[in-house]
Amino acid sequence: MKKSNNVLCGADIFFECLKREKVEYIFGFPGGAVLKLYEHLYDVDFLQHILVRHEQGAVHAAEGYAKASGKVGVVLVTSGPGATNTVTGIADAYMDSVPIVVFTGQVASHLIGNDAFQEADIVGITRPITKHNFLVRDIKELASTIRKAFFIASSGRPGPVVVDLPKDVIASKCEFVYPEDIEIRGYKPTYKGHINQIKKAAEVIANAKKPLLYVGGGVIMSGGSEELGLFARDNKLPVTMTLQGLGAFPGTDNLSLGMLGMHGTYWANQAVNNCDVLVSLGARFDDRVTGKVETFAVDAYKIHVDIDPTCIDKNVVVDLPIVGDVKHILAELASEMPKVPDTKDWLAQIQDWKDECPLVYEDNDGRLRTEYVIEKISEKTKGEAIVVTDVGQHQMWTAQYYKYNHPRSNLTSGGLGTMGFSVPASIGASFAIKDRPIVSISGDGGFQMCIQELVTAVAYKRPIKFFIINNSFLGMVRQWQELFHAEKYSFTDLSETNPNFVKVGEAFGIESYSTENPKDVDSLLDKAFSVNDRPFLIEFKVVKEDMVFPMVPSGGSISDMMVKRLNPKRMT
Amino acid sequence: MKHTISVLVENHFGAFDRVATMFSGKGFNIRSISIGETEISEVSRMTIVTDGDDQIIDQVVKQLNRLIDTIKVVDLAETYHVERELALINVGIHKGSMEELKNICDIFRGNIVDITNKSMIVEITGPPDKIDAAVNVLAPFGIKEMARSGIVALKRGEQIKIQKKENLTNN
Repeated sequence: MKKSNNVLCGADIFFECLKREKVEYIFGFPGGAVLKLYEHLYDVDFLQHILVRHEQGAVHAAEGYAKASGKVGVVLVTSGPGATNTVTGIADAYMDSVPIVVFTGQVASHLIGNDAFQEADIVGITRPITKHNFLVRDIKELASTIRKAFFIASSGRPGPVVVDLPKDVIASKCEFVYPEDIEIRGYKPTYKGHINQIKKAAEVIANAKKPLLYVGGGVIMSGGSEELGLFARDNKLPVTMTLQGLGAFPGTDNLSLGMLGMHGTYWANQAVNNCDVLVSLGARFDDRVTGKVETFAVDAYKIHVDIDPTCIDKNVVVDLPIVGDVKHILAELASEMPKVPDTKDWLAQIQDWKDECPLVYEDNDGRLRTEYVIEKISEKTKGEAIVVTDVGQHQMWTAQYYKYNHPRSNLTSGGLGTMGFSVPASIGASFAIKDRPIVSISGDGGFQMCIQELVTAVAYKRPIKFFIINNSFLGMVRQWQELFHAEKYSFTDLSETNPNFVKVGEAFGIESYSTENPKDVDSLLDKAFSVNDRPFLIEFKVVKEDMVFPMVPSGGSISDMMVKRLNPKRMT
Repeated sequence: MKHTISVLVENHFGAFDRVATMFSGKGFNIRSISIGETEISEVSRMTIVTDGDDQIIDQVVKQLNRLIDTIKVVDLAETYHVERELALINVGIHKGSMEELKNICDIFRGNIVDITNKSMIVEITGPPDKIDAAVNVLAPFGIKEMARSGIVALKRGEQIKIQKKENLTNN
């Protein structure tokens, strides 16, 4: 332990700790309980504070930063409403395992429990949606708590950590001792996989006739994309990815089957259903992937690699679990392979499925479609962009049609499905990545959910392309209403009430365009990608009633997959 | 199937709440829960009785382990262990029932810890099924009030070792 004799106040200790955690950006919004921190922040020069316009935006921005960079995202907000506004973002980060630390102000210790002004029990509120949380009750615990918060957020299976800071604690003083090493006896993530299990897995994969790698976000978080690429290519193993896994393996590679699950490709889902060995790598057998669990890959021998033991046997009982860091385990698996499996016939079979039912969309009626827009964006950016999507139909189409070349390029709210994610998350990502285009894609519904953060993008001159896919509907809900809810389009039609998005963009100070003509897409995108010193907005007015296919209905089996609209008359 | 799970947790503010929140959030059952000090001052022991099939119990144990404040989780159903529960039972006294109540109390090796003209409090300690039996026998006399402690349990023989804090910092 390093010792120093400097007595500092809580606020100074706070920033000293952030400095040592190498924090570059704080996404925040000031308020009464954190005034002391903001007073000291005024003179801090080693990090930049990004002022958002709503605390939810701060958390999504921190998520975007964390997902794009792999570093911990940091949020600073005040007590009460400032803290409760972060809840959706924290829940989102929890579901998608995003490493963020959220510092919330709290009323002074003696007022806690008194229903004081702007008091909320944020530690109680966020307990089920954080990896861990802390209420700092003593200034002497401040430095070690911050150290622990960053360690917990970023190690093992990452996740959000909340640190609640009472006003008096921040104002009081103590000797600053930074704990270089900390140990938490109840928290020891397993990184190294059990070698016997790995050897057994290698043996099983080597002898498989129809093996399939099912890759989730864990591969990206562990930094294991390179190991995955080598393992898959050397052993001719087809790769399918979850929504969060997209980018772990290049979408343009012949071995990539694209996404699986509810809106996965036909061939990926057929491959899952027919494989003899399914190797899950950093994925969690989510219900959007498995559909009906009883019929999911029933005949396959299942190997499950995950750093979180609770993921194993949670939704699907597996044959061979390996707990540990997927990057290391992939490298070890590769070196333990006794031979290269013969997958020629299997890959040919998958190709047949691909030919049987490729991803197609109507493109001969002169009307603008999301699939076309996404294909064009993919083409223009050559799969090199950081694509931050919102939630809904455009998100699924992006997953299907954008060919990601790199990990940490597909930023999306998967687990929680938080509309409003894209705009603030793209702002956070733009601070992490400066040499690749940042594309924010939202629907007309979700775009309005954190629309206030456009100001943040303008204020900090973020070179973000805000693309709005406007079908004048809450499209995914509309799709479910058509398919499963008697075509009662209850409160999903926004056509009468949507704002003029070009005027909205201009009011915020953003150069904005709109089109409904496929012929304009090329030139507008060129224009957008030529601007690199400020935000740019394009509204794409697309066909209202288009649906995302293929689709496996919720809780259904692969055999229930719908590949096109059964009754075309429903198109108006 | 019923499982008794022994959990060593940091004696922190909120540690109990984390465990309870996890149980309710994940939809696991709690039949009884008790918490108290251990031989180490900063560690508490929670004894949780829950039920579920093997997959559920597996998840219960894993989810408990996943909490940062839990130090050690042991499913005692897999080991030889001792379980005890304490009950305080306030039973009505009727004319002529006193002798009979004393007998019952003796049979269950209980103690009469309070007595008035109308009622007495019987203290009974033992495995939960013994308490159940005593409650059944006492019921006809009229149980006015009852408090059960929930189960506390310990593994027989070898102890569950806790890593002490001072050892940790030396590492």
